[in-house]
Amino acid sequence: MILTLTEAERQIALGISVAVALGGLVLAAAGTQDTMEVHGWLILVFGAICAIVVIRDLWGPEPPRSRLESYYDEPIKAGIIASMAWAVVAMFVGVWVAALLAFPDLTFDGAWASFGRLRPVHTSGVIFGFGGNALIATSLHVVQRTSRARLPDQLSPWFVLVGYNLFCILAASGYLLGVTQSKEYAEAEWYADIWLVIVWVTYFVLYIRTLARRKEPHIYVANWYFMAFILVVAILHIINNLAVPVSLGHAKSYTIWSGVQDAMVQWWYGHNAVAFFLTAGFLGMLYYYLPIRAQRPIFSYRLSILSFWGITFFYMWAGSHHLHYTALPHWVQTLGMTFSVMLLVPSWASAGNALLTLNGAWHRVRDDATLRFMMVAAVFYGISTFEGSFLAIRPVNSLSHYTDWTVGHVHAGALGWVALITFGSFYTLVPSLWKRDTMYSPALVEWHFWLSLAGTLIYIFAMWNSGIIQGLMWRTYTEEGTLAYSFIDSLRAMYPYYIARTLGGLFFLIGAVIGAYNMWRTIRSAPSSAPVEGDVPLSAATAVARG
Amino acid sequence: MDISHDALVAFSKSWGLFYLIGLMIGVLIYTFRPSNRKKFDRAKQSVLDQDDKPWT
Ligand code: HEM
Repeated sequence: MILTLTEAERQIALGISVAVALGGLVLAAAGTQDTMEVHGWLILVFGAICAIVVIRDLWGPEPPRSRLESYYDEPIKAGIIASMAWAVVAMFVGVWVAALLAFPDLTFDGAWASFGRLRPVHTSGVIFGFGGNALIATSLHVVQRTSRARLPDQLSPWFVLVGYNLFCILAASGYLLGVTQSKEYAEAEWYADIWLVIVWVTYFVLYIRTLARRKEPHIYVANWYFMAFILVVAILHIINNLAVPVSLGHAKSYTIWSGVQDAMVQWWYGHNAVAFFLTAGFLGMLYYYLPIRAQRPIFSYRLSILSFWGITFFYMWAGSHHLHYTALPHWVQTLGMTFSVMLLVPSWASAGNALLTLNGAWHRVRDDATLRFMMVAAVFYGISTFEGSFLAIRPVNSLSHYTDWTVGHVHAGALGWVALITFGSFYTLVPSLWKRDTMYSPALVEWHFWLSLAGTLIYIFAMWNSGIIQGLMWRTYTEEGTLAYSFIDSLRAMYPYYIARTLGGLFFLIGAVIGAYNMWRTIRSAPSSAPVEGDVPLSAATAVARG
Repeated sequence: MDISHDALVAFSKSWGLFYLIGLMIGVLIYTFRPSNRKKFDRAKQSVLDQDDKPWT
């Protein structure tokens, strides 16, 4: 992989690696009284490993000029592998925390294995590790293909990918150590946050530079979604993480927002993380890989543009539906509720657009599990956005808030929509990137599909049931006007559902493991359709290129 | 500078409405302009084009 960098790029890569390692050393020295020290050493080791990898090939041959006649896919391949690795680890932790709720002894008496520490490892691992790497990989693939232009250089995509994974590792390891700023989906502390800003701005610039090199005059709509994802996540991340560290030698920091403003900023962030991280980027995947796989153009291009602007501008205002019945001014809650309900329109426009694209290709959906992944993802996108708009209505939220219903909704979105569209895209991408005819085993893709679908259904039905039961038990009064059930009563009632949920999650995890195995075997198999060396007409052009 | 809560609310309730409606009109014009039709048709077909090389 280093050999695809030019010599000048290798030197810069080495410089960056050394700088990161030194940065780690400084953190370790400054934080000797603190958990930050561990992170300092971790960064040092990470930077050193990068430096060694670069040095090994530092003086290798320069990549041929003919590279400019093909797309730059090496970082995309690495991103897919990283994404699947995070998927397996983080979904395993997910099954573990699910089991903890039914069997609390599974912490094995370790502080690091308590629910409060493992849960963010799961959420950040799946959202940022699995989802984020998938988004980086697919966005760099889509932008090159639809712009008909190669990435502008070889170094910055690697910086984005490797730097991003450093952030994910810092986040996940920090939670196990007890490092957290207690903001949901933004738990990582200030030094990791600053690092992510640097990485993310590079990502944004890389994307713009590639678009600027495009040969196709019109920017295909999938890129709009990816751009919105990159830009808005940058804004959200920076504003929500404005914080002052206790001292430069401590991991702990305090946010500059206070009271209800902090809550509003956090859920403006949280909801738009759902909107732009977990929706816009994945819609970018949908609008590119679904037409490719179905071999049919998107049903209505105009509709895709309308829903793009609808989604970007409505989502921004919906965050306050997470704060119904709080100190937040009433009109702000109403605003969030109204925009959430309106959001149903552009959301269903996208889901409907995807399904109508398949009209005339249903036989392919039947035969091809990869396309079925994407079809079912679009259906779950429709279901979870309908459910979301419903939950955002204030009286409904008074029943659902604090209950497992929210968790059911989340996983209809996260498993049914986000993960399934990702798997569908990967099964399309892996054979094409590694130049194989098909996946190693189409039968295993089927297995993965049915396990995922079964797992998702078991999961969300369990949570719908338990959530509504919980909500009802908490608001049932006796004739004397006292609460009929104690909290413990409601907890006992949850027991069978928590076991069912663990089982559903386990199915989903097994599916992901099968998928990772299948991809790995595909990568390791011999390229079947590669042109045999020497089996090309020798023209002046090929002779020079081989030169 | 002293911005009262009420002033802010009045501002967002009026201005917020205007710019969102303005935006909507802009988007509708862009989407349905007849001269854009060819561009969009080309875009939706072009992703299916299977040549896997950058254009130079
Ligand atoms: C029209 C679209 C959507 C709307 C209006 C919506 C609305 C909501 C509402 C009202 C809640 C519960 C808030 C509470 O009571 O605390 C919620 C929670 C959540 N939703 Fe959605 N949702 C939508 C789509 C999605 C999608 C596609 C996903 C993808 C994964 C998703 C992920 C989540 C997550 C992660 C939470 C949990 C937040 C927490 O930790 O409390 N939502 N959403």
